[in-house]
Amino acid sequence: MQSFIQPVIDRYGTSSDQLLPILRDIQSEFQHIPAEAIECVALSLDIPRTQIISVIEFYSFLHSTPQGKYALLVSDSITDHMLGKQDLMSYMASQLKVSIGELRTDGLVSLNNTSCSGMCDQGPAGLVNGYALTNLDRPRIDAIVKLIEQNIPVQQWPSEFFMVKDNIYLPGLLLQDPIAPGDALKARFQKGLQQTLTEIDVSGLRGRGGAGFKTAMKWRFCSEEIETERYVVCNADEGEPGTFKDRVLLNTYAHQVFEGMTLCASIIGAEQGFLYLRGEYLHLYDKLQNILQQRRHSGLLGNNILEQGLNFDIEIRMGCGAYICGEESALIESLEGKRGIPRNRPPYPVSQGYLNKPTVVNNVETFFAASKIALEGGQWFADVGTKQSQGTKILSISGDCTKPGIYEYPFGTSIKQVLHDCGAASDILGIQIGGPSGTFIAENEVHRTLAFEDLATGGSFIIFNQSRNILDIVKNFTHFFAHESCGFCTPCRVGTLLLKKQLDKITEGYGSAGDVAALEELCQLVKNLSHCGLGQTAANPILSTLERYPESYQQRLKKISYEPGFDLDASLETARRLANRNDAGAHLAQVEED
Amino acid sequence: MSKTITIDGKEIPYEDGQTIMDAAIAADIYIPHLCHDPDYEPHGSCKLCTVNVNGRNCSACTFPALEGQNIINQSADLEQDRKRITQMLFVEGNHFCPSCEKTGDCQLQGVAYYLDMHDNHFPHFFANREMDASHPDILIDHNRCIFCNLCVRASQEKDHKNVFAISGRGMNKHLIVNSITGKLKDSNIHINDHAAHICPTGAILIKRTGYKVPIGERTYDKQKIDAVALAKENKHHGR
Repeated sequence: MQSFIQPVIDRYGTSSDQLLPILRDIQSEFQHIPAEAIECVALSLDIPRTQIISVIEFYSFLHSTPQGKYALLVSDSITDHMLGKQDLMSYMASQLKVSIGELRTDGLVSLNNTSCSGMCDQGPAGLVNGYALTNLDRPRIDAIVKLIEQNIPVQQWPSEFFMVKDNIYLPGLLLQDPIAPGDALKARFQKGLQQTLTEIDVSGLRGRGGAGFKTAMKWRFCSEEIETERYVVCNADEGEPGTFKDRVLLNTYAHQVFEGMTLCASIIGAEQGFLYLRGEYLHLYDKLQNILQQRRHSGLLGNNILEQGLNFDIEIRMGCGAYICGEESALIESLEGKRGIPRNRPPYPVSQGYLNKPTVVNNVETFFAASKIALEGGQWFADVGTKQSQGTKILSISGDCTKPGIYEYPFGTSIKQVLHDCGAASDILGIQIGGPSGTFIAENEVHRTLAFEDLATGGSFIIFNQSRNILDIVKNFTHFFAHESCGFCTPCRVGTLLLKKQLDKITEGYGSAGDVAALEELCQLVKNLSHCGLGQTAANPILSTLERYPESYQQRLKKISYEPGFDLDASLETARRLANRNDAGAHLAQVEED
Repeated sequence: MSKTITIDGKEIPYEDGQTIMDAAIAADIYIPHLCHDPDYEPHGSCKLCTVNVNGRNCSACTFPALEGQNIINQSADLEQDRKRITQMLFVEGNHFCPSCEKTGDCQLQGVAYYLDMHDNHFPHFFANREMDASHPDILIDHNRCIFCNLCVRASQEKDHKNVFAISGRGMNKHLIVNSITGKLKDSNIHINDHAAHICPTGAILIKRTGYKVPIGERTYDKQKIDAVALAKENKHHGR
């Protein structure tokens, strides 16, 4: 054990903020983090073992018990369900002779669910030993089963199993004409710091992660902090179910994203940047490392960038399977080698972020857009879009349409236009805008527009046709939030699970009128009292569908005023057996009121 | 002239660096709380101290007091929300007050009395949690842990030991002990440690002390939690 761990420690150093990369390496060697490894790492990094255990138990992709030599995960996003995920997964379990959530007795293979893996345009999707599998179907599963039984290393599996396509159908202002490496930085040095910041201000660019804070203002605040050790963090922890545009940006436009980060560093005065890449995008890691290396070679990263005296470099840090780490302060905690728990605010990251130093955290798309704005000027961007939402927005479109993929639209575009372009049929049930944490709109709202003034979105756009069931969709989203709650605060930790239980009670036919009222009350509580955005939006799927489709809920209700959340008669079975009776009097029927 | 904030229409002074909770306690205003203790770094997780600041909900224990804040602490809505949060804590664990030796001295129970909580409202989780009775002097009944983090903070900040940590995610959150077996007996905790005495519920107990004070004569049997908390937490009290 020590002989494996020592070189790992030597590679990353003994700072506790390197805990996640160290644990990732141990996990990929031993398929879990053995107790002995925990002791070794605790000693080397001089941290309590409890810190390591608590980190392992926080992240979905770290385990304290062995996973299969082939660890299979299948994406549980609603779009995967719509593409037949459940049938496929049962088929996979039967062919591999392993139960879902378990390790096969010979230790060869384990199978489990995972939250949305960011492949909604090419699902059903999964992961094997961390690498993305796309377009799963029965023949592909048969082939995978054969490879596993023959013990063929994943590196030797057919490359088409791992093919991840960009599927760009509508490039706009930003996608159709990417900048050449270095151009934005050259423009920045030509114009000077103040002018560049002014251009970004004029452009009206707002953070593309969803919250929509003005980018120029964030950079200015950070640059004005007294503390001069500052950081740039690119949030590539795109975990919102239905979103995958950052994956495409990093796959094809990574130079421009890194350039945006470097631009930011030159403005705020940072020497170190991080790309926090979600664990699900492991397949991009080597490619991105190569691009960073190229940029160092061409003088676009490292010391004295473009001979302008700027020193800046970027390190890639992998996430380990936690949706909450998309929240900027949780992401920072994760970068510091801790559990991804959102911090109390204030202080905000711009004044106390990574290592409590001023830090700009922006989304991939924000850096991508900023670099082109630095080159083309602010007005070029501001001329497009609406009054409060300038420029364009890149959407990840999935669900019931003929062309799921990437689309770039000026803000202010109608939903109707989007549906038309992606080949959504006329029998629309509704559209989930902005992912589960966003808004579910009905078919009669398609005139509404994409904009911070109307429907704000981080980019997730899932289409449902009339064959889909509202409650199945809401159930998937509600279970997702309960699974991803970090558990820090009471209203979210307990509340998201109560939401799940209460919704299940209704969908399973054990609900009565009072249960919907109780569900609504609980939604408001979780929304109003939770610590961070996860809890504050976890009830949105229920609230937005309760408002639009009350009849879908009503149809599942019993006509009595109260119904327990279990089968009364079935729970008397033990008593009947003990009393050795089975007559009519030993049974209880729940009588419906008319 | 000193700076002021307004809580429920009453103007109270504050100093720079104080949180709303700090200012409230100093002014003898009780804001319900469980994870907060003025002797430790604020945590902000139980959310019982949620107050409305200029129309926005904030945790009083972590939110800084600032000029111009109009704070609502007592309103029917907030009382109801706090009651629901307390009920959430009750159904999440297994809290059988009558059989708990901390009854009458328990802050969770005290807050429930204060909020006029008569039932648990939500369905119980019936969590299966084990007890750690391995240590000769100290007992952990995980059934009653509310994850307030006070034992973690006390062990780190005052005992300089790191005996406890919170682990897991979401509903799988649980308290863990820093020892090779995970048992309390193999840790370096001592009966005189702050961490052994800080628990607001009956999760961490000192053995063989449970009934020294009879039920009926205990802290919250005689006084409401607001009076007890203010007397204990207000450093300038009685001056």
